[in-house]
Amino acid sequence: MKIIKILAASAAIASLSMAANAHAGKTLDAVKAKGYVQCGVNTGLPGFSSVNSQGKWTGLDVDVCRAIAAAVFGDASKVHYTPLTAKERFTALQSGEIDVLSRNTTWTMTRDTSLGLSFTGVNYYDGQGFLVKKSLGVNSAKQLNGATFCIQAGTTTELNLADYMRSHHMKYQAVTFDTSDATAKAFDNGRCDVLTSDQSQLYALRTQLKNPASAVVLPEVISKEPLGPVVRSNDIEWFNLVKWVGFAMKNAEWLGVTSKNVAEMKKSSNPNIQRLLGVSGDFGKMIGVSNDWAYNIVAQVGNYGESFERNVGMDSPLKIKRGLNALWTQGGIQYAPPIR
Amino acid sequence: MADGVTDKTPWWLNQRLRGFFAQALVIAVTAGFLAFLAYNTQVNMQARGITNSLDFFSQEAGFGIIQSLIPYSPTSTYAQAFLVGLTNTLFISAVGIVLATLLGLLVGIARLSSNWLVSRLAGAYVEIFRNTPLLLQIFFFYFAVMQALPAVRQSLDVGGLMFVNNRGVYLPRPVPEPAFWAVVGALFIAIAASLWLARWARRRQEATGQPFPVFWSGAALVIVLPLVVYFIVGQPLRWSVPHLAGFNFRGGMVAIPEFTALLLALTIYTAASIAEIVRSGIQAVSHGQTEAALSLGLPQWRVLQLVVLPQALRVIIPPMTSQYLNLTKNSSLATAVGYPDLVSVFAGTTLNQTGQAVVIIGITMGVYLTISLSISLLMNLYNKRVRLVER
Ligand SMILES: N[C@@H](CCC(=O)N[C@@H](CS)C(=O)NCC(=O)O)C(=O)O
Repeated sequence: MKIIKILAASAAIASLSMAANAHAGKTLDAVKAKGYVQCGVNTGLPGFSSVNSQGKWTGLDVDVCRAIAAAVFGDASKVHYTPLTAKERFTALQSGEIDVLSRNTTWTMTRDTSLGLSFTGVNYYDGQGFLVKKSLGVNSAKQLNGATFCIQAGTTTELNLADYMRSHHMKYQAVTFDTSDATAKAFDNGRCDVLTSDQSQLYALRTQLKNPASAVVLPEVISKEPLGPVVRSNDIEWFNLVKWVGFAMKNAEWLGVTSKNVAEMKKSSNPNIQRLLGVSGDFGKMIGVSNDWAYNIVAQVGNYGESFERNVGMDSPLKIKRGLNALWTQGGIQYAPPIR
Repeated sequence: MADGVTDKTPWWLNQRLRGFFAQALVIAVTAGFLAFLAYNTQVNMQARGITNSLDFFSQEAGFGIIQSLIPYSPTSTYAQAFLVGLTNTLFISAVGIVLATLLGLLVGIARLSSNWLVSRLAGAYVEIFRNTPLLLQIFFFYFAVMQALPAVRQSLDVGGLMFVNNRGVYLPRPVPEPAFWAVVGALFIAIAASLWLARWARRRQEATGQPFPVFWSGAALVIVLPLVVYFIVGQPLRWSVPHLAGFNFRGGMVAIPEFTALLLALTIYTAASIAEIVRSGIQAVSHGQTEAALSLGLPQWRVLQLVVLPQALRVIIPPMTSQYLNLTKNSSLATAVGYPDLVSVFAGTTLNQTGQAVVIIGITMGVYLTISLSISLLMNLYNKRVRLVER
């Protein structure tokens, strides 16, 4: 497995060295030519990206990929998925193996500036939390001095944990695994006292334990983890397209346009809705796709709120509340600039 | 006449010149290709805004590492994290090579045993472990064996000194006081003395034919002398005994399950191949030699030690080298179970936190190359020594 990773990394480097110089604006053309979007997703994180019982990819992050395909092709199913571990994800995007990375990835300054990559927005505001076995009798992260933590390699989690423990003068040990499977299994087997990760993922991982009721998520949130899609920085047109696909989903929710009423909404006299759905204006053209791009997104994938509730919210096993991820009009901080 | 012909051969048909040009061409093309790769990588990385430098080495790493043979904390630099990974790789490879050699030797000899059960068991061992994927074996030892051990609070307690649980094997750790160096000194003197003794015994045997029990006297020397010194200078050694405190055991020393599982898998897997090498090496020594030695009245193990193994070694060492290289490289499967080796710490976490993929993978490959070449070099030197010396 390790060997495979090294091979993959070397292959990625090799392709970096072999590739002809990339020209800006080429990603959309290439995507249109091959007929699908190559989307990097998580190897399996319930609610965000996982394969369901019918063998289909579903989740909040997967919906980003599907929305892009809906905008480009008018068909949300024209996506090919590349499951990636935390460690592999950036090289996969840099080398051109994928067109967009939508894999619960935290927007940080280093990642945004020195990797040749750019974050297009935030599709989930998260923060790092702790999952502990109930039997330890711990109810605050401040009691974790001397504990052993299971974490996943190549994440912001590794760094946040070190920061937190240091600033609270606590000692700790961290066992670092490559996959979330190994991380969760090790925690389940008692190798560590605590599993730490983005809080949303803790709820998802908890459902995969032998006995989910035996573990609790502690109240502390120790970091900011704004998760969002990432693209290569050298293609501003593709960057704009992915960015506005995200905004379209949030604007649709704000305007009350849903997958159920979108056809009727086309007749709406609200100019905001008319511009969103391509009834007036030339907004699709501005990002290189047809003017009914947002109509297709909402009809086939749904607006942001629908996607949220279906995948991680009240209609899902995770039952995560909207919280920070509610629209700004509902007390959250999800906000989209206007389409005009 | 022949000379005349050569003189008239046009220069482009000259064997030596042609050979020279062909080689020069191959070298030039290879160098040109490498230069093109390097240049194109640089251009592409720049075009994609990927920065590329070694500056990160002096920056703070900011992550913890569970096992370190050198001082390390999250405030240490990436350079130190690199060294931690490197020493962890060297450590597990060295221990693995020693154990795999011993186990392989044992199993290889057992396969040739005249005892049916012993040879069959050894055969089964070889077939099972040589023919299943190493990664599977690592997972087996980690998830099925190590993590099935009791939890911390239910640790297996061996005499209040040693504790075994799914967080590791905890042992008392010796804490030497300054005077302990006298004992270490005594040990070195004893080793030097036994080496001298061995030389003297060999010379005497060559001259007079009289054998001397070198092994036992040497062993006695190496054990007794340091022990005597130890008691004379007042037992300058304390022990830190592990004890349960909070979440985990404190004090003592610990072999973490990630290390143990990886070591077990590497040892057992490689030993299976080594056993085959040892078996074929022994079988390569003609049976007449054994019979001749036995008919001289030498006991079986002396025959093995004096006649068979020295000749078998010549056949054994070259393929053994490649097994050692395999073990070292296979140790990079460590990340699968979270053992912090070079690939995990450096080509994994460091690469991911800094984004310096090209530089880091390059350095990592260079390090493995250096380790492999060093092992080859050492083995070749050893091979020269045991090779058939024509007299
Ligand atoms: N948001 C963090 C963490 C993301 C992350 O990879 N989390 C792990 C922790 S559970 C995960 O999703 N693993 C799933 C997998 O690799 O299959 C980051 O971008 O570094």
